[in-house]
Amino acid sequence: MSVIVFTLIILVGAYFAGLLGSLTGLGGGVVIIPLLTLVLHVNIHYAIGASLISVIATSSGSAAAYVREGITNIRIGMFLEIATTAGALLGAVLSLYIHAPVIAVIFGVILIFSAIMSLKKKVQVISQTESEWAQKLKLNGSYPTAEDEVKYGVRKVGGGFIMMLFAGIISGLLGIGSGSLKVVAMDSIMRIPFKVSTTTSNFMIGVTAAASAVVYLQRGYIDPGLSMPVVIGVLLGALTGSKILVHAKSSGWLRWVFAVIVTVLAVQMIYNGVTGKI
Amino acid sequence: MTGSNFKDKDMQAVIGWVLRLGVIISMAVVFIGGVIYLYRHGHTIADYKTFSGVPEFLQTPRGILNGIVTFRGRAIIQAGIVLLIATPVIRIICSAIGFIMEKDYLYTGITIFVLMIIVIGMFTGHAG
Repeated sequence: MSVIVFTLIILVGAYFAGLLGSLTGLGGGVVIIPLLTLVLHVNIHYAIGASLISVIATSSGSAAAYVREGITNIRIGMFLEIATTAGALLGAVLSLYIHAPVIAVIFGVILIFSAIMSLKKKVQVISQTESEWAQKLKLNGSYPTAEDEVKYGVRKVGGGFIMMLFAGIISGLLGIGSGSLKVVAMDSIMRIPFKVSTTTSNFMIGVTAAASAVVYLQRGYIDPGLSMPVVIGVLLGALTGSKILVHAKSSGWLRWVFAVIVTVLAVQMIYNGVTGKI
Repeated sequence: MTGSNFKDKDMQAVIGWVLRLGVIISMAVVFIGGVIYLYRHGHTIADYKTFSGVPEFLQTPRGILNGIVTFRGRAIIQAGIVLLIATPVIRIICSAIGFIMEKDYLYTGITIFVLMIIVIGMFTGHAG
C-alpha cells in the first residue's frame, strides 16, 4: 500500500473514531488502536504512540471550553494528577517490557469494561458530606448551572487516589485516555457530581498522556507518518461530534451501537492476543 | 474567599487560552509537515508491520531542528507533535504561577510535584 492511500484510510477511520468517541464519551483511542492493528496490521507499539498523541489533542481541545465555563475543578484535577502522571510513567516503562500479545489482551479487557461503563445510567447525586482530607486539600467546590451555583463535597480521597494511579498505569500502557476509569474514581468512589467528574477527567487526560508521551517519544514509538493522519482525523471527528451533540436530543441508541462495536473489537483483540497474531 | 475566587476565574481563562492556542498551533504545524511529507513520500510503500523505531533524525531536538531547516516533512510533523505534548505541560506551569499568585502554597507544591514527575520521565525515557 502506498503512503498516500494508507494515510487517507487512516484519516477517514480516525475521523469516525473521533466522531463516535465524542458522541459517546468513550474517547477515540478505543477504536483507533484496533483499526490500526487489526485492519492495517500496524505494530501495536506504533498504534499506541499515535493514539496517545490524538488523546492529548482531543482532551486539550475540549478541556479548554469546560475550564472557561468553570465546571472543571482545577484543584481536584491537579491533586489527582500526581497519581495519574506517576501511573502513566510507570505504564509507559512497563509497556517496554510487556510483550505485544499481552498488551492486546489487557486492551481488550479494558475495552469491554469501558463499553459497559458507557451504557451505565448516571444518577446525579450531590454529596454534601466532606471528608477531613477533602477539607485539608481544599477539594470541595461548586459549579454553575442555569439557576445557581451547586456546592458539593468530596469523599474517600485515598480510595480515589489509588484508583487514579491504576487509571494512569492503564493510560500509559495502552495509549488511551482511560477516561472511564477516571470517572469511576471520581463518580463512584469520591462522589463528585458527574458533570464535574467528566470535565475534570477530560482536563487530566492531557497531562496524563503527556507524561507517558515523553517516554514514548524518546523511545521512537511515535512515528510522524502515522501520527499525522491519526491526530488530524480524530480531532476533526471530535469537533464534528461536539457540534452534533449540542443539537442531538438523545444519544442512547448510538451508545448501544458503539458499545457493540467496541465489544466486537475487544473480543478480536483478545483472540489475536491469545493466539499470538498480534 | 471572595478575593481568591476572582483569581481562580483568571486562572481558568489563562488555562483555557493556553490549551486552545497550543492545539491550534501544533495542528497547523502537523498539517504543513503532513502536506510536505505526502508530496515527497506519497508514493513509497507504507510499512509499519515490524517495530523498528523512528529514524535517527527524528529522535533528538537537534535532528528535528535540522530536518525543519532542510524542509523534511516528517521532522516538521514531529515538531508539531512535540508542541502538542508540551501544551498540557505549559498548562501545568501556568497553574503553578497562578497558585503562587493566589498564595495557595499547598497547591503550588502539588503542581510543582506533578511537573517534576514529568521531568523525571523526560530524563529517564532513554535509559532503562
